[in-house]
Order: sequence, then structure tokens, then C-alpha cells
Amino acid sequence: MALSKRLARVGRECVACGTCMKVCPRSAIRVVSGVIARVDGMLCVGCGRCAKVCPADVIGIVERGEEA
Amino acid sequence: MKKKWYDYLWIGELLYWVLGLCNILFAWLGMLFFTIPLLVALIGGSKAYCNRYCGRGQLLSLLGQKLSRNAPPPRFLRTRWFRYSFLAFFMVMFGLMLRSTYMVFAGAPLRQAVTLLWVFKLPWNWAQVDMVAPWIAQFAFGFYGVMLTSTVLGLVTMALFRPRSWCVYCPMGTMTQGVCMLKQKKEDGGCGGEGQKDCGAAAASRQ
Ligand code: SF4
Ligand code: SF4
Ligand code: SF4
Repeated sequence: MALSKRLARVGRECVACGTCMKVCPRSAIRVVSGVIARVDGMLCVGCGRCAKVCPADVIGIVERGEEA
Repeated sequence: MKKKWYDYLWIGELLYWVLGLCNILFAWLGMLFFTIPLLVALIGGSKAYCNRYCGRGQLLSLLGQKLSRNAPPPRFLRTRWFRYSFLAFFMVMFGLMLRSTYMVFAGAPLRQAVTLLWVFKLPWNWAQVDMVAPWIAQFAFGFYGVMLTSTVLGLVTMALFRPRSWCVYCPMGTMTQGVCMLKQKKEDGGCGGEGQKDCGAAAASRQ
């Protein structure tokens, strides 16, 4: 499947609450371990659902290539 | 997503409140909500408690589905200085609560009240606490007050902002985050243990 143009990027102030994981339709964002959520760039479709629920408001939806 | 057993831990949180209302001594059970996340952070080096097992977080999510404005919280809430200042403030208040427990242990009279938001004293005279030493009861009153205060703040920010806004400045969350970060730094300079794999995965996904 072709990659989407945009994808989610998590800011450093993530508090690892896990709210984002519960709404992602692609299981692309997860707090795998440690203290910050991570986005799997191959899975994320940039739908922005995670950004809408993040209580810390640290998820941005950016153009692919700008997420680093 | 299929629900797992730990998705129902919010029931435990509700039960805690009910049991505490029936007998304040059940407030001691709240120590579990303090020790488990710290142990998970100290041993596991992660905030798995927050993103999986915290009944309070789950309860706020559930209530927030109906009651939250769903507005992004103000930026300052997530800043490090605010979160750590709030943690420090909370610890000072916790220390004062321990002090009054000690005073009762040393002979001061028991005060049958639960303090809400550090100022308001709710009379709690109906509590049956004769069966234990007065200091054990005093700690229960104090601890129930701490839990009640944080719940009220959690509910207010849940309603005003996003459901789990409390998790942004929750002292337990900040403390466990601090512990995990220190632990990871010690282990390998910022990307620790299993975290190292994640860091690798994150770097790969950026390429
Ligand atoms: S919802 Fe936001 S703060 Fe919570 S884990 Fe996801 S990115 Fe981090
Ligand atoms: S933008 Fe959509 S697909 Fe990407 S991580 Fe967020 S919820 Fe998942
Ligand atoms: S931040 Fe606090 S309330 Fe939120 S999940 Fe963690 S321990 Fe629970």
C-alpha cells in the first residue's frame, strides 16, 4: 500500500498515558516501553485521530519527511 | 480492540471510593496506587502503569466521553516546570499529612475530618475507627483527603479540557516519568533497555 502524505509526530512532552493507542485504527502509535509514544511511519495514515485525543496536545500531523 | 482484564481496573477505583465512604480505614488501600506505579517504574523502567493499569486514568477516559469539552489544555500544563512544581507542592502537602499522623502517634488528639483541596475540612464524625490506633485512623483521613483532592482536580480538568488532562500533571505520573528517565539515562545515555529497540525503530521509521 502506498504511504500517506502525512503522518503523526509525537512531541517530547508526551506523558505516556496511552490514550492515543486506544484510538488509532492502524495500531501505528504505541507506548512500547519507556516514557514516550512512538509512531510507526509505515503504518500511520495521518488520520489525526490520535492528535484529537492526546491530553497533553503533543501530537502534530506533519508532511512525511518533516517528522524527524 | 478486544478488551483485556486490565481494561476494567476502573471498577477498582470506584470500589475504593465506596469502601472509603463505608469505612475510612479502607483509605489505606490507596497505598497500592502509590507503590505499584513506582515499582513498575523502578523495576520495569516504564510507565506501563499509566498506559495500561491505572483505574483512575480509565475512569477519567470513560467519564470524559460524555462530560468533557474535549478542548486542548493550556500549554503550561504540560511544561516541565509546572509538572515538577506541582509534584513538589503535592509532596510537601503529603509530608504535612504525615506530620499530623506523627503528631497523633505522639499523643495529639485525632481529628476526624477529610481535607479537600488542602483547605476545606469535611467533617467525618460518622467514621468507625475505634478498632485501630488513632494514628492509623489519622493517616486514613489524611490519605483519603489526598486521593479526594486529586480526584476533584482530575474531574475538573477532565470536564474543562480533554478527558485525561489530569494525567498531564498527575504527581504520580510525573514521578514515575522522572524515575524512568533517570533509569534510562543511567542504563545507556537516554535510550534504555528495550527502549533502545524502540529508539532504533523510531529512527528507522524516520528514514
Ligand atoms: S495521548 Fe499524547 S501524551 Fe498520551 S501517550 Fe499518546 S502522545 Fe503521549
Ligand atoms: S494519525 Fe491516525 S494512523 Fe497515524 S498514529 Fe495517529 S491515529 Fe494512528
Ligand atoms: S498519570 Fe496518574 S492518573 Fe494518569 S494514568 Fe498515570 S498514575 Fe494514573
